[in-house]
Amino acid sequence: MKAALAQASARRFAALGDPTRLQVFALISRAPLSVAEVAAQLPVSRPAVSQHLKVLADAGLVQLETIGTRNHYRPDTDGVASLRDFIDSLWDVGLARFKLQAEKVARERAAAQQRKEKR
Amino acid sequence: MSTTTDRMVRKSVTVAAPLAVAFEVFTAQIEAWWPMASHHIGQADCAAVVIEPQAGGRWFERGVDGSECDWGRVLLWDAPNRVMLMWQLNAQFQFDRSIETEVDVCFTAIDARTTRVDLEHRCLDAYGADAPAMREAFNSPNGWNGMLEHFAQVAGTLAAARA
Repeated sequence: MKAALAQASARRFAALGDPTRLQVFALISRAPLSVAEVAAQLPVSRPAVSQHLKVLADAGLVQLETIGTRNHYRPDTDGVASLRDFIDSLWDVGLARFKLQAEKVARERAAAQQRKEKR
Repeated sequence: MSTTTDRMVRKSVTVAAPLAVAFEVFTAQIEAWWPMASHHIGQADCAAVVIEPQAGGRWFERGVDGSECDWGRVLLWDAPNRVMLMWQLNAQFQFDRSIETEVDVCFTAIDARTTRVDLEHRCLDAYGADAPAMREAFNSPNGWNGMLEHFAQVAGTLAAARA
């Protein structure tokens, strides 16, 4: 993975690692919302919502959009919608889990072999 | 270790398992390690992910109710050294015959108890061919919410692995 891409992915994962931020992102991903609208749906103050949105925006997950006098946030599809990025992360996790499973099976087989030899 | 280009994802991992075990776990026990077992393709809960052990074989998911959903097919089967699969899942992780990406996995014995696995997921530009459709897929509630859940789960799995 290119260093810049790895950094961007790490920022996104870190941003979504906070449960409240994940909820904020989930709401925004369904429909564009203002800070007040997000705050109305979660037990979080407006300044706290603003702070979470800033982190999500910095991570390339949401974008601020101004229509007339109305500010609202919508998903940043260019930032998030890179399926290749996602597949990259998917294999990182997949191979880490594959390693755990392969090593577990190898240990079990080795132990079974030893028991067989003892008999 | 991993490198990525615009069209390809490349990964390597070394596991403390004999070559035959590594190959078997990768191909015959996918459901034991695939990160998205709970975000399966089909409607039913996933009972198994099956790779038919021959070139031209199917690669599919079997639900607990016996229903089957394709993931792609087998391009090359050379147990226990190499398997090449055609991955045909679209942006919403649904089977799409028009999407043709390749997952090429090579297994190399470092010694009797250690195996290196080199994986390349190629032809990812198959996803870029129709950018407006991709955008629409991502913007649809199904696509977005699906991706969100995937992201959340991957993030959670990574965090748990690091803890």
